[in-house]
Amino acid sequence: MSAKPYHDIPGTIVFDAAQSRLGYHLNMFCMSLMKADNRAAFKANERAFLDRWPMTEAQKRAVLDRDWNGMLALGGNIYFTSKIAATDGLSFQQIAAMMSGVSQPEYAEMMLKGGRSVEGLRSKSEAR
Amino acid sequence: MARITAGVATSHVPAIGAALDNGKSGEDYWKPVFAGYEASKAWIAAEKPDVVILVYNDHASAFSLELIPTFAIGCAETFQPADEGWGPRPVPVVEGHPELAWHLAESLILDEFDMTIVNRMDVDHGLTVPLSLMFGQPEAWPCRVIPLAVNVVQYPPPSGNRCYNLGKAIRRAVDSFPEDLKVVIFGTGGMSHQLQGPRAGLINSAFDHAFLDRLVEDPEGQARVPHLEYVREAGSEGIELVMWLVMRGALDDRVKVAHRFYHVPASNSAVGHLILENA
Repeated sequence: MSAKPYHDIPGTIVFDAAQSRLGYHLNMFCMSLMKADNRAAFKANERAFLDRWPMTEAQKRAVLDRDWNGMLALGGNIYFTSKIAATDGLSFQQIAAMMSGVSQPEYAEMMLKGGRSVEGLRSKSEAR
Repeated sequence: MARITAGVATSHVPAIGAALDNGKSGEDYWKPVFAGYEASKAWIAAEKPDVVILVYNDHASAFSLELIPTFAIGCAETFQPADEGWGPRPVPVVEGHPELAWHLAESLILDEFDMTIVNRMDVDHGLTVPLSLMFGQPEAWPCRVIPLAVNVVQYPPPSGNRCYNLGKAIRRAVDSFPEDLKVVIFGTGGMSHQLQGPRAGLINSAFDHAFLDRLVEDPEGQARVPHLEYVREAGSEGIELVMWLVMRGALDDRVKVAHRFYHVPASNSAVGHLILENA
């Protein structure tokens, strides 16, 4: 995979061609959770439901572990992986807190104070 | 003749729809957001458009990764609110305007914008939240709506310049439609926000205010801003702002700002809103 200029942005995975190819089956599994029957089947036996999809073991592990950043690294797209969160009854803000490594109240407080500042987070060379 | 009289830009944060649908719009957290749209509701009630062309993006609701159209135009009679995993929003069915939509498709394609024509498509919060913000909670939406979906999920989205020029082509297409229709165009999404990874929660008010200024005064300059700058400065999902350039391109070079509003936060996002009238 060739280096792209946006690889320089810290804490961010751009869903580009490489990520989309990597994560196709992971994301299509997530898409299946739009249907109530599939949500029920997934909840009843997560491992068995995941085994229906030609995903890698690492991708399945990340889903089972609810490793939200891990899923993104393995090709997941946030609009797709958030369907797992919806199935779990989690809000977008709850998984945003998990991905950024803070509690949900801390995250909500940060947002009320104007959100996460871009200062120091524009590029990895600038990052703290 | 049909004519575009004005443009509306607004964020389409899903939590805004949920707040409205669950009767939370009066809570302290949400009050300032909805207060920012009171003038807008009065404005559009007076403007009375026949048709809204609504530029938005689908969020893995109608389009998965099987088909990813860069620009798609909804030509159906009606569009159902999408079930995004919690059941469809309790909002009216969206009535299209197939005659104008097909005219737009024909005109745009011959004008070298290769649109995907969509005859069946559920519409998610990207389309219904802007309608709720502008029209409130009516029994039926008071005008026809033509959905125009732009891919901003799979990178790269169309360039800002491409979006701006699509707006210009939409203007030419509307101007050549023989029926006497008043059309308002919406550009939605943004403002700065990032929903993913350790940088989630990013907000850049300075970027947002500069974008609001420049969209009004120097849209051609803003159209040249590369994707990298949006992702870096406004967050990975802030790139939705290119859709505002479609709206701006469809207006006169000089416009009058009828309303401007900015607020942080709505869930994970900054909320921005403009109403621009052709001078």
